[in-house]
Amino acid sequence: MELALWTYEGPPHIGAMRVATAMEDLHYVLHAPQGDTYADLLFTMIERRDKRPPVTYTTFQARDLGGDTAQLFKSAVRNAYERFRPQALLVGASCTAELIQDDPGGLAKALDLPVPVIPVELPAYQRKENWGAAETFYRLVRALAGPHVPDSTATQPKRIAGRKPSCNLLGPTALGFRHRDDVQEVTRLLDDLGVSINVVAPLGATPADLARLGEADFNVVLYPEVADTAARWLERSFKQPRVTTVPIGVGATRDFIAEVESLCFEAPAANPGEAASRLPWYSRSVDSTYLTGKRVFIFGDATHAIAAARVATEELGFQIVGLGSYSREFGRDLRAAAESYGVQPLITDDYLEVESRIAELQPELVLGTQMERHIAKRMGIGCAVISAPVHVQDFPARYSPQMGFEGANVLFDSWVHPLMMGLEEHLIGMFREDAEFGTDARPSHLGQAAETIGATDAARYGEAPRDSTPRNSEISWADEAERELGKVPFFVRGKVRRNTERFARDGGCAVITLETLYDAKAHFGR
Amino acid sequence: MNGNAAVPAPVPAVDSCAEVNAGEREVLRQRGQREVFCGLTGIIWLHRKIQDAFFLVIGSRTCAHLIQSAAGVMIFAEPRFATAIIGERDLAGLADANDELDRVTDRLLARRPDIRLLFLVGSCPSEVIKLDLDKAAQRLSKRHAPSVRVLNYSGSGIETTFTQGEDACLASLVPCLPAANANESSLMVVGALADVVEDQLLRLFGDLGVGPVGFLPQRAANKLPPVGPKTRFLLAQPFLGDTARALEARGARHIQAPFPFGVEGTTAWLRAAADVWGVDEDRFNRVTAPARQRAGRALARYQDMLAGRRFFFFPDSQLEIPIARFLARELAMTPLEIGTPYLHRQHLAAELALLPEDAQLSEGQDVERQLDRCAALRPDITVCGLGLANPLEAQGLTTKWSIELLFTPIHGYEQAGDLAELFARPLQRNTALAV
Repeated sequence: MELALWTYEGPPHIGAMRVATAMEDLHYVLHAPQGDTYADLLFTMIERRDKRPPVTYTTFQARDLGGDTAQLFKSAVRNAYERFRPQALLVGASCTAELIQDDPGGLAKALDLPVPVIPVELPAYQRKENWGAAETFYRLVRALAGPHVPDSTATQPKRIAGRKPSCNLLGPTALGFRHRDDVQEVTRLLDDLGVSINVVAPLGATPADLARLGEADFNVVLYPEVADTAARWLERSFKQPRVTTVPIGVGATRDFIAEVESLCFEAPAANPGEAASRLPWYSRSVDSTYLTGKRVFIFGDATHAIAAARVATEELGFQIVGLGSYSREFGRDLRAAAESYGVQPLITDDYLEVESRIAELQPELVLGTQMERHIAKRMGIGCAVISAPVHVQDFPARYSPQMGFEGANVLFDSWVHPLMMGLEEHLIGMFREDAEFGTDARPSHLGQAAETIGATDAARYGEAPRDSTPRNSEISWADEAERELGKVPFFVRGKVRRNTERFARDGGCAVITLETLYDAKAHFGR
Repeated sequence: MNGNAAVPAPVPAVDSCAEVNAGEREVLRQRGQREVFCGLTGIIWLHRKIQDAFFLVIGSRTCAHLIQSAAGVMIFAEPRFATAIIGERDLAGLADANDELDRVTDRLLARRPDIRLLFLVGSCPSEVIKLDLDKAAQRLSKRHAPSVRVLNYSGSGIETTFTQGEDACLASLVPCLPAANANESSLMVVGALADVVEDQLLRLFGDLGVGPVGFLPQRAANKLPPVGPKTRFLLAQPFLGDTARALEARGARHIQAPFPFGVEGTTAWLRAAADVWGVDEDRFNRVTAPARQRAGRALARYQDMLAGRRFFFFPDSQLEIPIARFLARELAMTPLEIGTPYLHRQHLAAELALLPEDAQLSEGQDVERQLDRCAALRPDITVCGLGLANPLEAQGLTTKWSIELLFTPIHGYEQAGDLAELFARPLQRNTALAV
């Protein structure tokens, strides 16, 4: 048993639903007890979908357990087929139905429906949402494209000279973080490169589309958490190479272009789309000097966290103080990335562990999921969301990709927004004795102070508010030094406190005086 | 206080006609997909109400995900609910599930010394693997006595639908209630209410001379209301069948009444208790008149907007019938179909008697066929769960989320206007928008 307050990922059948809901003309029959239909609201409320997910639940109850739940499942499959007439059916069980062992695959097959019936077995007591999405997508691809795999003796048909190279975009799902806009952005990028899109899947694909995945020259794996398994199978079966660079950030987008070009035979176009890229200049403009060395903590799915780390260091000049992910499946990649930045990797799905790491590191910015947004809000630290799980505000009405050159522009805006503007930071430093600015002034564009928001929430819900700059118990502050610390602008106060305490501890000093404070300042700089 | 009203006074004439009426009324029953929450969802409002209680679900990752998703935003650093997620090792018997549960509970209580009452909440998987939570609660109660009391109930989807979780939770509390003084009559109001509503009701009962009044659940677990043979109880919610039975088993007697929604419901509900306490007509009118008039004025604001509007309830909280009665009788709205997950004929007898005769009742659900009926009727306002609301809006139907009926204070005179407003707002918005 594992004690969980909040979870980063749902159970694996939620991953299957994200795939099914992304697709057209596919229907998922889920053997599940009453109550599991809550999952519909993830899609209709958080993502504001205007259609119910294409999922039929058997919603069995206690009285059915004594009777014939298998029969209930069969009639649910038959009715769903009659009502929705999908091109293919996906069948499976949620956690409770897994325990009663009704064999949804076998039962559905026995109905002899005139469409492919694809069973997915998702061990709910071992696996989680992203694994469920990857397994479901793989099973669908294998079942639907499998019949078109050339036999091993036949050679792959060569591309006809003059025909545009084509690829599949793999991985976007329902409820994905900015998947809709990423697909649009990457499609435009590939179009600029002269590459046409054969199939985007699962988002918007029909089962018939999956059947023709093998017609593309190569595959672009946009979201490895979902598409890696399927892409590897396609590579083995159709000899389709995989493009594995995820184009998040300017540098990664350039690498992505290079990787795509290496798979095409035509002469490469000169940096398509770069003209629209504002991040490099914005980052080099003098106002951005203040971004230098901002201490940032990053947590998310492995792909987004690793990509964010690169953008943060190479493209914004931040300093990474922590890097972590809840994607255990990609733990090796994340550990390698953390090592390259010289930080401890944090691979966990325990929200409290992430919270205590953030409290300990005292970053100036958190890039995380909606969980870290709540953590950061309580601690009064700026935060931008970079990864699922996300909430309704992370499905913006405007075009807001994370990938490609426009995606990099979006990253610049959304990561810099929670921070103080450069000139603003200096002015507040200069005028901090002024009543209007005070020592707790916040970025002017953010309106109400973050700490105040946190405190209001905490008061409203009766939880104790937390101090954003935890004190170190073994070391005490002399009154005079504490007062002087209060004059330091809030956005560096936590860092100054931490540095000074470290300095005092290293020097074996138990009470921090005014002298210690300025000695530490001289020692650390800034 | 009037202690000598031992004989229950009959609630107005509606009671008898209710029985006839309820018997005659045709109820549509279909079996298919039920688009409803399970009883675990009740934790979301119960943990706010009982402030020193913790709810530990023994379930799967799905249970944890449900509570997290239904709660919407994760505003609490450490909420007073959590899930002990059953893993493969627990199923394979490698780890004794009971040892694991003890370990998880120890860890939890060590972190949260403020907790006085711990509910072990059963789920679908814990029931299917037959984990005995009764025994576990007894064992853990001994282990953590006297600082923490451990109780258990089931919120599983195979046993409970949405608000039945509150029923199961309150029923589990009943055996812990202290024994009441055998010579003193007392009133107990049963069902989680907003604190502000409790305070309003306390003032009214005080002015009527009805009392002493206790509330179940209480804000603090160590202040449970006493119960005994001279306890009479009013249900504030229509979904508390098991709790009522448990109270009756301890000698308390139920005061039959309509539910306190709207002016009419609140008056009849208060009247039923006042009759038991022998409060005369004059005093009753004098005490309730100001609030009745105020509520009437608050309702008048929405009458033009709502009169004649046709409404359709998908089954959700069991509140559908009393609220449909309020909408039909106090706002002149027209019920098309009133779906309810479960129809408790006895507790709803007085309500059924007041419902327009041509309203179609349905119990249970086949959501696909119900959606077809709804699409054919095209109601002016459709009350449904969160999974259905946006898809119906996309078809041009105006909807109201039924879950708000649980999260918003809607009981009593002072909230009658707020209850009407919940239905008026989607219609007003529809009128206001020009995009």
